[in-house]
This record gives sequence, C-alpha cells and structure tokens, in this order.
Amino acid sequence: MANTTGVAPTMELVRQSATKGGISGPLPPSANDVAKLIDVSKCIGCKACQSACLEWNDLVEPVGFNTGVYDNPHDLTENTLTLMRFTEWDNPATGDLEWLIRKDGCMHCADPGCLKACPAPGAIVQYQNGIVDFVHEKCIGCGYCIKGCPFNIPRISKADSTAYKCTLCSDRVSVGQGPACAKACPTKAISFGTKADMKTLAESRIKDLKSRGFAEAGLYDPPGVGGTHVMYVLHHNDQPQLYAGLPNNPKISAIVEAWKGVTKYAGLGVLGLAALAGFVHHTVMGADRVTRTDEENGKRVKDGVA
Amino acid sequence: MSGTTPTVRRYTPAARANHWLTAISLVLLALSGLSLFHPSLFFLTGLFGGGAWTRAIHPWIGVVLVFSFAGLFVRFFRLNLPANEDAAWIKGLPEVLKGHEENLPEQGKYNAGQKGVFWGMTILILVLVSSGLVIWDQYFSQYTSIGQKRVAMLTHSIAAICAMLIWIVHVYAAIWVRGTFSGMTRGSVTAGWAWRHHRKWLREEVQKEQGGATPGE
Ligand code: HEM
Ligand code: SF4
Repeated sequence: MANTTGVAPTMELVRQSATKGGISGPLPPSANDVAKLIDVSKCIGCKACQSACLEWNDLVEPVGFNTGVYDNPHDLTENTLTLMRFTEWDNPATGDLEWLIRKDGCMHCADPGCLKACPAPGAIVQYQNGIVDFVHEKCIGCGYCIKGCPFNIPRISKADSTAYKCTLCSDRVSVGQGPACAKACPTKAISFGTKADMKTLAESRIKDLKSRGFAEAGLYDPPGVGGTHVMYVLHHNDQPQLYAGLPNNPKISAIVEAWKGVTKYAGLGVLGLAALAGFVHHTVMGADRVTRTDEENGKRVKDGVA
Repeated sequence: MSGTTPTVRRYTPAARANHWLTAISLVLLALSGLSLFHPSLFFLTGLFGGGAWTRAIHPWIGVVLVFSFAGLFVRFFRLNLPANEDAAWIKGLPEVLKGHEENLPEQGKYNAGQKGVFWGMTILILVLVSSGLVIWDQYFSQYTSIGQKRVAMLTHSIAAICAMLIWIVHVYAAIWVRGTFSGMTRGSVTAGWAWRHHRKWLREEVQKEQGGATPGE
C-alpha cells in the first residue's frame, strides 16, 4: 500500500503506564511527530468522520433518542470515539448566528493525563510519534484514566469493562495510512501528516480566516499539556470554550498530580517508617510480658481478696 | 501454675467472629487497594485473580467491611467513650512505651490509645466508604462529576494510608503487649494481664461477677 501521509510509520514506544523507564513530562518535540488538524471553519457537520470511525473500528452505536439537538449520540461512548458537537452562538460583535461544529475526541496530549493516572502496567502507551493508545488486554477497567484526562474523553465499555478512546488510527498510521476520519471528510476539514506540516497548513488557514474578518482565528495546540497531536483551527481561538466547552487552558489537574505524585511517595514512606518504628521499639524494649507478680495480684483481685 | 492461672472473659464468641471478619476484610482491602496504589505493588493483583478481578472485587469487600465494622461499633462504642483516666494515659504515653504502665492511673477496658484506634478507624472507614462509592464507576459513575471523582480519589488514597497506619499501630500493640491475642482468639485474658494493663476493668468485672451480672463484651 502506498504511503499517503508523508509520515514515517515508526511506532516506537516512549512511555507505558505504571512502568519504570520511559520519558517523564511532556513528549519532547521530534521530526517524527504526527498530528491531525481539524479545521473547524471548514466543517459542515455531515458526520462522515463519525461514520468512518465506526466503520473502520468495526463498532456499532445503538440507536438512541432525539432530544432536539444535532449531537448524536449525546456524548462520546465506548463505540463513538469521535463525536460532532454542535453549538449555536450569537456573536455579539457582529450580530450573526454562528454554528460552531467541533469534532470531539482524544487530543493525544504530549503529556497525557490518562497515562499518568493509569495503575495497570502497559495499559496506556505513548508512541514516539505522539500517538497515545490503550492496550485492552492490559486494561483492568478501573476508570482512573477518566479522572486523569483533562478533556473528558475515555469511556469504559459495558461489554468488556475496558477503556476506549480514539486511537488516532494507530493501526493505519503504522502502515503509512492516515486516520479513517480524515479520509472520509468531504471538505478536507480533517488533515493528517507530520506535526510540522500541519502547523504550516494551519497558518495558511488562519491567514485566510483573518482576511475574512475572524481577527482571533488561531491554532488550538494547548501548551498546558505539552501541545497535542490533534489540533484545531478555531475562528475564535480566544474563546475555545465556545466550542461545546473545549477547555481554555487544559492541563493535568493539580489534584491528579498530587494523587499520583506526592501521595504515593509520602504514603509508602510513612507506612514503611511505621513498620520500622515498631521493629526498633520491639528490639530496644523487648516484649511487654505479664510478670509473676502481676498474675498473683490479678488472682487476688479475682478471688475478691484485694 | 499454668493450669490454675485465673482468666477473665474479654470477648464473646460473637464479638470475636465479628472482629475477625472485620480484620480479614480490612487486610484484603489494604492488599487489593495497595496493588492499584503503586506500580511496584501491582503484582499483588495476583492474589485476587488479576487486575480486573482486583478492581471489581475491592469495593465489594469494602461493603462487607462497612457492615462488619458497624457491628463492632455497636458492640464497643460505649466502652470507648472518653473517661477521666484518658488524659493521664496520653500524658503518660512515654511511660507506656517503656512498659511502665504501673506509673499511670488504672485503666478501664480500653485505654486512650485503644480508643484512638477505635474512633480513628470509625472516621476513616466513613471517609473510605463515602469516597469509595464516588469512585465506584461500575455502578455509580453517573452521579458525580469528574472533578468530584478526582477529589474522592485523592481522599480515598490518603484515608487508606491513614487506616493502614492505625492498623500497624493496632497490630503492633497486640504483638508487643504479650498475652493480648488470647482475648481475640480464646475470648479470655489472664487476670495478671488484666491487672497489668486494665486494672480498673478487672475490678469492674470481678464486681459484676460477684453482683451476679453477666460480663460485658
Ligand atoms: C469501605 C468501602 C470501600 C469502597 C466502596 C472502596 C472502593 C474503592 C474503589 C472503587 C477504588 C478504585 C479501584 C476499584 O475500582 O477497585 C478503590 C481504590 C483503593 N482503595 Fe478502596 N474502597 C473501600 C475501602 C477501602 C479500605 C478500607 C482501604 C484500605 C485499608 C482501601 C484502600 C484503597 C486503595 C489504597 C485504593 C487505591 C487508591 C489509588 O490507586 O491511589 N479502600 N477503593
Ligand atoms: S481503565 Fe484501563 S486504561 Fe483506564 S486507567 Fe484503568 S487500567 Fe488504565
């Protein structure tokens, strides 16, 4: 099969959950970095990407309920790994009604909160090209990744009790193909390639948007998580939260950092010290034994003598 | 003299069964919890049939613990209410640690340290069960936000460490103070043990016996 992405199909692991070695902190930028660029300004909300995702991953979303909005289903699920989220926004500056349509899904953070939180060795992995993937055979279904994620992405399957999210089509990328969603998009709102190329492409799009009056158009590649390997071109990059609550400055929650950081070291340390203190105390003091005098005194009380 | 060493009844069979069910569930909870707490302890999941089983079974053992501990609470809480001699015991802790309890006022069935274990565990188990329910995603994920779950997760791990600390103190005390285990295995302790560590309680028990009343648990 021809390589259609210009991306070297290297899938070297740089980090695994709950495993020593590997990098810490954000993945350092490299020439192998891949990225998906989602140009929100070009999206017509047709959901071809959503269908392509189900199709390629051989997943079925059961028929749900219509509650009067276009979002269908209403949230990401273990089957719907990418979801079009529709927002109607009255732009106060222009008086225009704008239809903001964002393709939600895993952002493939350079500093993945899910991987940090996961307690199962090797259940979440990060490749050198930036893709973050779940390994279902090793997943124990605890849901820690959900708490670690700054974007509220992973979902636990009711069928097999393991966590699911967008894989960035790691299986396709590893053989030189782009993600299924990018392939299906009729307006080319989704592109895939090296992160450097995607940034260049984004720049040209942003320039175009600015010339059309979107002064705040920009690239969403949030530095709080070390940048992401799924990026958005937004017409209102100054207000990402307009797009169905896209976080303004996402980073791994301080509570998660405390839970997975100091709590672990302090906790195990304190337990070890307590056990050691007991050992030392026993060694120094010797056992506290009941003496013969104690027994005699006790007997006297029992016999009602004292 | 061993055959004639007089003993005092300390725990009924029901109280002992209740205690050991609580102890077993607490140890299983600590082992299964620790296996998820730190990667270096993940191998402990092997005791429970692997990671997925450990994750699934831990909260259910928690349910057993809660009911079991509730039983202990009802049995023991009256005897763990504060008493006059508690302050002196706390002040005299260095003496206790040196094995010189005779320098302290006579103690009832539980000294201030044992009361600390009792109330500490009571509070921590309440914290553990409430935070545990919030992070029990399999059944309750829809009732709380991710922000709340994060707080519950951190609370649960810190409370678990505190509970294990109290457990270490509790078990160490029972080991160091020889003659204690028989209270929870055979249900009785020697009168000498009671004289040495819980003299006030010994006198009360003897008085009750002489008054014809049944000994308390
Ligand atoms: C009383 C009821 C309890 C409930 C409902 C409960 C529930 C949970 C749940 C749902 C988890 C997440 C993993 C999983 O899904 O299995 C967890 C983790 C944990 N639990 Fe519990 N638990 C309880 C009591 C305890 C007790 C008594 C201890 C320790 C003595 C304990 C120690 C831990 C630890 C250390 C973790 C791992 C925390 C981490 O990964 O940082 N739990 N518990
Ligand atoms: S659910 Fe699976 S992937 Fe998520 S944190 Fe738990 S073990 Fe890791």
